[in-house]
Amino acid sequence: MAAGSPIELVALTKRYGTTLAVDAIDLKIAAGSYCCLLGPSGCGKTTTLRMIAGHEAASQGDILLGASNVTDLPPASRGTAMMFQSYALFPHLTVLDNVGFALKMRGVDKAERDAKARELLGLVDMANYVDRLPGQLSGGQQQRVALARALITEPQVLLLDEPLSALDPFLRIRMRAELKRLQRELGITFIHVTHGQDEAMALADMIVLMHDGKISQAGTPREVFNKPANEFVAKFIGGHNIVDRAGKKFAVRSDLMNLQTKKPAAKTDAILGTISEIEYQGTAFHITLAGKTGEDLIIQLAENKFDTTPLKVGTEVYAIWEPSLAHALG
Amino acid sequence: MMFIFAVFFILPLCFVVIVSFWDYNEYEMIPSFTTRGYYESFEGCLTKLPELCTMLATYVKTVKLCLIVWLFTFLIGFTVAYFLAFHVRSKTWQIALSLLCTIPFWTSNVIRMIAWIPLLGRNGLVNNGLIDLGITQQPVEWLLYSEFSICLALVHLFTFFMIVPIFNSMMRIDRRLLEAAYDAGASDWQTLWNIIIPLCKPGIVIGSIFVITIVMGDFITIGVMGGQQVAAAGKIIETRLNALQFPAAAANAVMLLGITFLIIVMLNRLVDIRKEL
Repeated sequence: MAAGSPIELVALTKRYGTTLAVDAIDLKIAAGSYCCLLGPSGCGKTTTLRMIAGHEAASQGDILLGASNVTDLPPASRGTAMMFQSYALFPHLTVLDNVGFALKMRGVDKAERDAKARELLGLVDMANYVDRLPGQLSGGQQQRVALARALITEPQVLLLDEPLSALDPFLRIRMRAELKRLQRELGITFIHVTHGQDEAMALADMIVLMHDGKISQAGTPREVFNKPANEFVAKFIGGHNIVDRAGKKFAVRSDLMNLQTKKPAAKTDAILGTISEIEYQGTAFHITLAGKTGEDLIIQLAENKFDTTPLKVGTEVYAIWEPSLAHALG
Repeated sequence: MMFIFAVFFILPLCFVVIVSFWDYNEYEMIPSFTTRGYYESFEGCLTKLPELCTMLATYVKTVKLCLIVWLFTFLIGFTVAYFLAFHVRSKTWQIALSLLCTIPFWTSNVIRMIAWIPLLGRNGLVNNGLIDLGITQQPVEWLLYSEFSICLALVHLFTFFMIVPIFNSMMRIDRRLLEAAYDAGASDWQTLWNIIIPLCKPGIVIGSIFVITIVMGDFITIGVMGGQQVAAAGKIIETRLNALQFPAAAANAVMLLGITFLIIVMLNRLVDIRKEL
């Protein structure tokens, strides 16, 4: 397989009429890394992916793949391959023909492309289904076929458009692990569009969080989670409480907060509030606190911690945290 | 549903088949069992072989006419449907242009046929144009009252029956499949051949059935546009009916039905319509 290539987006812009879908984004994605474009719907992540794929023309800016500028090349000559949302398998072709399609278009003879298709189907554990039609496969199997089809041209970059969204939660987690394994084994660059922050956290070497056509933050999952750049990132990535301290906003991880009924010592920050909801989540309790000053907080308490200070809905408590654990938001 | 089907389709069909085996004379039908209706139609055909007798030649010509009309309605219909489905982006335009295709149906069949006459006649627009341009000295005779004019009128009339089912099939094609093909490096022609045509097969077959069944049985268009000079299977039946030879007409109708049915069965072999719908 071809080794991955780094990708660089330079002031990449997409306009639809007067609306700006992607607003002059700059991004470098290292070769052979797993990059997740994350964001709410309408944030421009899919448009960005489609521009990298060549299915959407860039209004402005450049896309560099390795040493070459691919901005104006058709998809097949870019060295990228795309795996479509809901897979877009050709319904009238067998699994084998679906996978071998790109080679057929290049005029590779049947024996050779069938052999190559079989090899890739083996890679995704679908070797026993070569003669089936896509309609006879389950969602997970279709996805494996779509993966094999995208990989047959030996792309340097694989683009995945919400690849797991059509699967049920159980299968999603299994396929997620499989995607990661495949990326590691092939060593090529994966760019994966998703709106699920847990999916991005689990998979990515680099998370690119987008909002309103701009990149809010790009970094490793741990960076993004522990040092969210702004309020939007902190809220989207979840697991944070936003607190206002002297006019500045801070993000505090909800599992690093604690609850106590007596007034805290001066050293720690605290918010007084009433418990409005207690949810048991197995590993922890999620306790919703309606703060006296208007803000709502969610505090995660480990089960054993919760047991030492039994709390009830309606109890007045202080949410406390170490000031050093509060992360200032930009 | 079954009742309507039985009363208005099966029952009349049975009558036609029964009558086709009746005997007849100059003025009445005689209920009996005879193959005279079939036999007389092909009188002397065996002895004349390998030359085709009138009756066989007429059937061959009908099938030929049908195939020509089918070919042109298919080519034009597919192209128009393709344009409407894949090149017209906005829904409004798609609807507007589809309605435009129905304009020929705003007037009656006969008027649409007659409209060709001033265009194609000996002193018609086309001939005058050709003479004025110096392309010919004499008016071109084969433009009107010929197989050419029949085909032209039939194609004009029935292309729409091809457009609708093909367009319908095309609209069902997931646009992401085309993107996936493009992503795999397929050219427009490769996409057309490998993706669009196979996925349009049901529409093509349904359109073909429409066109073939109509053209095989047509006698009005063939009569008017052929100047009553061109024989076809439908014309034979009409002539027999006019001569009050109902059993003979029925016999020909049964044969025509048989041939048409055969063509449709062959088309169904190509595509399992029930599966595709």
